Amino acid sequence: MSDLGFVETQRVVLGTEDDPLVLANGRALTHVEVAYETYGELSPARDNAIFVCHALTGDAHAAGHHGDPARRGWWDNLIGPGKALDTDRFFVISPNLLGGCQGTTGPLSTDPATGKPYGLDFPLLQMSDFVAVHQRLLAHLGIDRLLAAVGGSLGGMQVLQWLTQAPEQVTNGVMIASSSRLTAQNIAFSAVGREAIMRDPDFHDGRYFELDGPASQGPKIGLAIARMMAHITYLSEEAMTEKFGRRLQDKSGDQRMGFGVDFEVESYLNYQGRTFLDRFDALSYLYLTRVMDYFDAFADPGAAARIAAAGARALIISFDTDWRFDTSHSVRILRTLERARVPVTFREIRSPWGHDSFLLQPPGYHETVRAFLDRAHEVGG
Amino acid sequence: MRPDLTVLAGLIPDGSRVLDLGCGEGQLLAHLEQRGCEIQGVEIDGEAVVRAVRRGVPVIEADIEGELSTFADGSYDVVVLSQTLQAMVNPAQVLRELKRVGTRGVVSVPNFGLWRNRLALLRGRMPVSATIPHAWYETPNIHLSTLIDLETLLDDVDLVVERRVLLGEDAAPLRSSLAANLRAAAAIYLVR
Repeated sequence: MSDLGFVETQRVVLGTEDDPLVLANGRALTHVEVAYETYGELSPARDNAIFVCHALTGDAHAAGHHGDPARRGWWDNLIGPGKALDTDRFFVISPNLLGGCQGTTGPLSTDPATGKPYGLDFPLLQMSDFVAVHQRLLAHLGIDRLLAAVGGSLGGMQVLQWLTQAPEQVTNGVMIASSSRLTAQNIAFSAVGREAIMRDPDFHDGRYFELDGPASQGPKIGLAIARMMAHITYLSEEAMTEKFGRRLQDKSGDQRMGFGVDFEVESYLNYQGRTFLDRFDALSYLYLTRVMDYFDAFADPGAAARIAAAGARALIISFDTDWRFDTSHSVRILRTLERARVPVTFREIRSPWGHDSFLLQPPGYHETVRAFLDRAHEVGG
Repeated sequence: MRPDLTVLAGLIPDGSRVLDLGCGEGQLLAHLEQRGCEIQGVEIDGEAVVRAVRRGVPVIEADIEGELSTFADGSYDVVVLSQTLQAMVNPAQVLRELKRVGTRGVVSVPNFGLWRNRLALLRGRMPVSATIPHAWYETPNIHLSTLIDLETLLDDVDLVVERRVLLGEDAAPLRSSLAANLRAAAAIYLVR
């Protein structure tokens, strides 16, 4: 097992004036650019492609490095030579999401109609729009059918959408720490994050990018607070206790008893909020979280039956301490698919790390993904 | 495949939709898939699940007794309980669920009434044999029965025995059913 080396993000135009991307809500995007990375080589038969779908704040850079070998892609432990997504055998494709802010067209992109960034004029997106862009990327790469699509959290939701939308294209779907629809509690957290952003005085109705000076960077306080709160839901209470306990920043142990950043956990959250500002945009946060809120994979009662009819197979994995998308979310997918006669494998993996476990390697997790993909490779698409 | 599984597989028609409760590493299901069956397993041991997945068998990792109620009525042609019933906390309830979920059931059990087991007890020791391989203090088999006991329970839960295959100590089918409860080391029942 080894790590991938230097990789580069590529960009491709997948929607134009002549061939616009028509969204689920009927609006059309006349310029769609997609940032993506690929790892490994496409087989001559073009039958070894695995699509990786990133989570809410992920990007195309899933594995390898961009120059500093110490700073590696977000799923580098899963993707690489000899790893579960074995780049010696598989051709792995990882794009940034539509509506995102890391290379793919999103609300900060220029609206060809006005010559200015869209801002809140960017159309509301649905999960099927992500898949439509993914499908254009596949067509660009000359791939008809995937050996597998793999995703965690929002990424798993895209995999599920893809399975219901075009099951003949996804032979094997891997959904990790995922959901077929959010609960009221999930939406509540999502709503408070958006409120923090939109009530920040620097939000300026989503046109902060037109301002001068630091204000052009947008609602930094709101975005940082949204991230801090979301981050709490990504970790289990157990993980936080283990990581921080009630330890204080000031190692002398003198409790200052004030309203500043005193406990280590506070400092950690502050850091998470602050560093998030460097890589993420408030508008993308609004658009992408809203896609999750409205998603309901099985609203169409025939959805699961289509997956079965296409002969697709599913692997569903949850983590026992995940309370962002707890096991009941995965079990709902499992039950719906099993009743529709989709061959389905499900495991609840023990892990202390909560929702974030899908980015880590608790025992049994990667082994299961590997076994599923090894078998898929053996029998072919 | 284990000899008893070969016999068991012979009771399942080609092309059936089969649910194997306690499917282990999925040997039986992998074999049945080659015969055109639609297969689904349930298994509690995570490492066995990984090995089953590697052979292409779809498995839900779960405790059978908690999971069974989630399967729809009559959703499988055959529900298999292979060397599993004796490890259940509530075998009667598991059999009722098997009847609800499957058109037919295949139940294989070791026979505590085998003469060798009785002899061990006469000598004052708990039996340990090919079909009951664990020492008393480490056995998962918390509800061992004789064939007569099991048949009484099947009757109690309204399961009708359509076929019974008796297996000898070498796991090969016995030719005669004479003194079955003494001579059989295990038995496989096709029920509905």
